[in-house]
Amino acid sequence: MPIVIKNGRVIDPASQTDRVADVLIVDGRIAGVAPNLASPKAEIFDATGMIVAPGFIDMHVHLREPGFEHAETIESGSRAAAAGGFTSVCCMPNTKPVNDSAMVTSYIVERARRLGVVNVFPIGAITKGSGGEELSAIGAMKAAGAVAISDDGLPVMNARVMRRAMEFARSYDLPVIQHCEDLNLSAGGDMHEGAQSVRWGLRGIPAASEDVMVARDLVLAQLTGARYHVAHISTRNAVAMVDYARRGGLAVTCEATPHHFALSDDRMAAYDSNYKMKPPLRSVCDRGAVVDGIAAGTVSAIATDHAPHPGSEKMQEFERCPFGIIGLETAIALALEELVAPGRITLNRMVELFTTGPDAVVRLGRGTLSPGAPGDVTVFSTEVSWTYDVNESHSRSRNSPFHGRTFRGGPVATVVNGEFVWRRDGA
Amino acid sequence: MHAGLLGIEEMDRAEIETILARAKDFQPIQSQSLKKLDTLRGKMIVNLFYEASTRTRTSFEIAAKRLGADAVSITASGSSVSKGESLVDTLNTLAAMRPDAIVMRHAASGAPHFLARHLPAPIINAGDGTHEHPTQALLDARTILDRRPALEGLRVAIIGDIAHSRVARSNVHLLAKFGVEIVLCGPASLLPVELAQLAPGVHLTTDIREAIREADVIMMLRVQLERQHEASFPASEYFRFYGLQLEHLDLAKPDAIVMHPGPINRGRELSSEVADFQRSVILNQVENGIAVRMAVLERVIG
Repeated sequence: MPIVIKNGRVIDPASQTDRVADVLIVDGRIAGVAPNLASPKAEIFDATGMIVAPGFIDMHVHLREPGFEHAETIESGSRAAAAGGFTSVCCMPNTKPVNDSAMVTSYIVERARRLGVVNVFPIGAITKGSGGEELSAIGAMKAAGAVAISDDGLPVMNARVMRRAMEFARSYDLPVIQHCEDLNLSAGGDMHEGAQSVRWGLRGIPAASEDVMVARDLVLAQLTGARYHVAHISTRNAVAMVDYARRGGLAVTCEATPHHFALSDDRMAAYDSNYKMKPPLRSVCDRGAVVDGIAAGTVSAIATDHAPHPGSEKMQEFERCPFGIIGLETAIALALEELVAPGRITLNRMVELFTTGPDAVVRLGRGTLSPGAPGDVTVFSTEVSWTYDVNESHSRSRNSPFHGRTFRGGPVATVVNGEFVWRRDGA
Repeated sequence: MHAGLLGIEEMDRAEIETILARAKDFQPIQSQSLKKLDTLRGKMIVNLFYEASTRTRTSFEIAAKRLGADAVSITASGSSVSKGESLVDTLNTLAAMRPDAIVMRHAASGAPHFLARHLPAPIINAGDGTHEHPTQALLDARTILDRRPALEGLRVAIIGDIAHSRVARSNVHLLAKFGVEIVLCGPASLLPVELAQLAPGVHLTTDIREAIREADVIMMLRVQLERQHEASFPASEYFRFYGLQLEHLDLAKPDAIVMHPGPINRGRELSSEVADFQRSVILNQVENGIAVRMAVLERVIG
């Protein structure tokens, strides 16, 4: 059935649209954006007072399937994505088995086609088993649907292997996404190295562990000409180096997570593993630099690094708990509260960070409301007041530091390929 | 004091003073022939030690018994703790036995704080990782006060592996609340600069002579370079640069005392002569450990 989303403020950075209009979706594709659109038998959604944007893309999530279905599945994770206003997600390869072959890539694509609530695009591993040594079948994975390569969760420590990976990725026109962490510098660390880690007697992960790896990789990106993307950027130096590389004309991009622009180590609850992730929550100064990088355009995308872990794994001594938090359902609200409301970025810029920004990296051919584009639409409100109850999450996991927080603004409805897949209660 | 005793950082000065005064009351009992009171008769205390510790565990056991309480000690080896049972499961099992308090030593910083959020029984931290060891700081303060009228205005040097020392952290928090001038000293790799922000009145130096100069109290820490995760300092030359030797004591105040939480490594962090030095109060610390822990147990349970 056709859909008309009426009277919303349509923001589509790709076509430089920002006006009150209707959006018509027919046969799963955008049919038009104009005032007073009508279609017989169309389902009408009144978006008066709301923002209507191209479907949001989260280019960094962990769906845990195959292998860790007790933490998340393609179905549950994509349902959480829909409830967070995302219409497309890119899933990292650290599954079991690792997505380092066309077979695993195809499995994920097929599972997502049958059970996915939103569009799911796999990211292939850079090295076999993400072991950091032997390159995986990059071309075959691309043919099977992989949109990027990364060993996320682990960095490629060997510079020679990284160089070769970048060379291959360039020839296949795939971006290389790096989790930037020098493992020798971060070894044993549980949180950002700083006054707070010293106070709590927890081993630190220095900002330098990220900086050193970003610096090395930027040199390699220059050497190889590869498209290179820094995942979850978190330090002042890393932001400065990416900015420098971009000014120098390198094909370098980076993403920031909501928790890294919303929180810093001084805001952690003591020994609460819902604040434990990699990279760790950094200093106030680093957080400020990430926000500045978002405002200045150095950061291209907001990505959640949605990382589900079951309660049993998070109910341990802090140092034994795994790294990562879920984030799909709180991302839009955090961007609105932490970036838009204080005036650091405009709504237009926020929409870019969730649409054209990530799409320029992973090139899904989405993130726009141009006629003929896939019918993915995110409707959100800057006014709706709601409280995040993680126990009501669509994710199978409950590890979020934002449980209980009341937000102003958030997603209202999500349309994927021309169908409503989620609506806020009462919308 | 609320439910238990997790750290010195959260305590206010008045609470600390109350415990130290009560510990003084308990001091004479240690030398009486009949040492047992019945203040905590019928109360049950579980000593849960996930990390080897003869001194602290024994000290808590004796303190509990002198107050008339029943004390059960569980150590990591020989219990389900070593069979891979999770911390939460072990503690749930213990909680079902309804102890009046749990005394806990654990190698992970924050482990008692984690449990305190999930268990009804009050938890007394007997040392958590590299975070805090509150009863050690209390007994150190008691020992200093046995020889000085007040803590205010003293200069205290703490020397050794500060980065990994829960004793240092608890002492810094306690002494800072009394306006003590605190000098932390050790090799740069074991002396993160952020320590200066731990509390007011904290200074850092890598020079042992500077640390000791005009000190009223010299606290030496046990150094276990071989147990660290990385080579932070060459063990072979540690004593040469950071070991306390008799000639150093000339730099301190004439009546300066030397302290050590034990067990000492002669020839590693202090010379044998210093360990046996007349103004070394290491054994007084051990004795005060029992009195202070009696005061803490009484306050938490009584």
